[in-house]
Amino acid sequence: MTPPLASFLQDANFIHVLYIVSFALFIYGMSGLTGPGTAVRGNRIAAAGMAIAVAATLLTRGIGNWGLIALGLALGAAIGIPAARQVRMTAMPQMVALFNGVGGGAAALVSWVEFRDTGGFAHAIGSHAGEPTYVAVFSLFAAIVGSVSFWGSNIAFGKLQEILPGRPITLGRPQQLVNFALFAAAIALAVAIVAGSHAQILIIGALVAAALLGNFVVLPIGGADMPVVISLLNAFTGLATAATGVALNNPALIVAGMIVGASGSILTALMAEAMNRSIPNIVAGGFGGGGVTQGAVGAGEHEGTVRSTSAADAAIQLAYARQVIVVPGYGMAVAQAQHAVRELTKALEARGVNVEFAIHPVAGRMPGHMNVLLAEADVPYEQLKEMDEINPEFPRTDVSLVIGANDVTNPAANTNPDSPIYGMPILHVNESQSIIVLKRSMNPGFAGIENELYYDPKTAMLFGDAKASVDAITNALADL
Amino acid sequence: MLVTNLTILVLAGFVGFAVISKVPNTLHTPLMSGTNAIHGIVVLGGLLLIGFSGNGPLNKALLVIAIMFGTINVVGGFLVTDRMLEMFKRKPAPPPPSSPSPESSPDGPPSPPAGDGDQTRKP
Repeated sequence: MTPPLASFLQDANFIHVLYIVSFALFIYGMSGLTGPGTAVRGNRIAAAGMAIAVAATLLTRGIGNWGLIALGLALGAAIGIPAARQVRMTAMPQMVALFNGVGGGAAALVSWVEFRDTGGFAHAIGSHAGEPTYVAVFSLFAAIVGSVSFWGSNIAFGKLQEILPGRPITLGRPQQLVNFALFAAAIALAVAIVAGSHAQILIIGALVAAALLGNFVVLPIGGADMPVVISLLNAFTGLATAATGVALNNPALIVAGMIVGASGSILTALMAEAMNRSIPNIVAGGFGGGGVTQGAVGAGEHEGTVRSTSAADAAIQLAYARQVIVVPGYGMAVAQAQHAVRELTKALEARGVNVEFAIHPVAGRMPGHMNVLLAEADVPYEQLKEMDEINPEFPRTDVSLVIGANDVTNPAANTNPDSPIYGMPILHVNESQSIIVLKRSMNPGFAGIENELYYDPKTAMLFGDAKASVDAITNALADL
Repeated sequence: MLVTNLTILVLAGFVGFAVISKVPNTLHTPLMSGTNAIHGIVVLGGLLLIGFSGNGPLNKALLVIAIMFGTINVVGGFLVTDRMLEMFKRKPAPPPPSSPSPESSPDGPPSPPAGDGDQTRKP
């Protein structure tokens, strides 16, 4: 006989209630993320919800294989915790891509084992007996989408980590055809399984087709579009999770997966909007592939010359300004310059200069990437201005200091209908009284497009590593 | 069962939209990584399958990998998000007048001082 407490804890309704508690905590926790004051707590509340969901699952009556469960959990913790603790803030986008990928991989593996356990969904386990069709449909959806997400995220990780080249890798024109064929193959195999074929080769084929699709879809996408891709794959993994939840009849999985699916979709749409591109256009890829050649042509067309400056001159210019706007970009992240930038702005503020930061929605490699880095360097939250808020300020600004940002400042987006980024909302840096651009070289940015801003007579270029340049300016300021 | 699950599915989608559409740009990276951690809940699928069947060495191996993947996703995701959000909190109570975000959180007064004390205590 089981003791009363144990039988109560293992009661199916009690476990169901725990699942409800856990998804309520997810929703409450996520709603805390709407403001910086409540965000930390919100995240911890969501984590508590997750702990409850896992505990509830382990309470389920009749669960076995404890050794293997412990092994899986321990391995995951041993890999995940150090990775999360040690990753640098600048490497955050690829870390998120990697975590997203393994989630998708888990969904795909779970579906595969479900297929094996049930003899190809011939008669689904447990309470699903007698209604296997929808279980098969949702499970196969999770398998395919999870596999796409796993491989796509790994490619995104490889590109951001610079294991793979950031430029688009494409088969050229047949690419779309190949992608479509792979997609059709995965669907056809899934349909065959649902229709009653139980050969395991079918689901392996579907997983492989989806894996190739994940690779081929992300490989042609340039580094500049990676934030959108990661967000989209995040939404995919969410949907795969929700589908797994339907197949396993688990409400916590359904709710959690759908929240992620919805939020990922919103984020993806917001980012695509900020870049003035449609999501299909981004996924079709190749952006920047044509841009490189266009950029080369554009370079030849430019009549203007580039004026370079020195750290000492830049320091003088900044010291006697009334208002300075700092425009950070991926270059600042790469150079780990956020702390140096904070020192510089502190020195300027000590001289009575009003300093603000202009944050483009897609600056960096992830939405809000710059905010995270600058917050790490203790830049006050209220100094970070979003694009619409800061754009009217530029004409009143004496010096705009562009640190490793490129495409988001390119006036061609407003003036040149032939430019690949025409129509993208940009920061109106060119309207300020003068501009100092910190840049490593004249190489075009990730999108591979020449930036007219650099040829503006008001613009002075300070070449070199962003951190070294910022430090040099700060030192020169101290000597003034 | 299917109908109940689909009901939950659709309603949860709308809740997700409603909650997330209020998040300001500034917090998009933590949001992405926070939601990223949440979909790691798929680890439950691995736990249930291995706990109730898990027959055969291949199934066992696949499920251990699935549980490992899911755990990496959950633990790593929440930790990374926590680290990022800590950075937004460390500063002395920012008065939010210039903040473009709808600051009114569901729990009323944004009282960062108390929260800050809590957070800095943590190593």
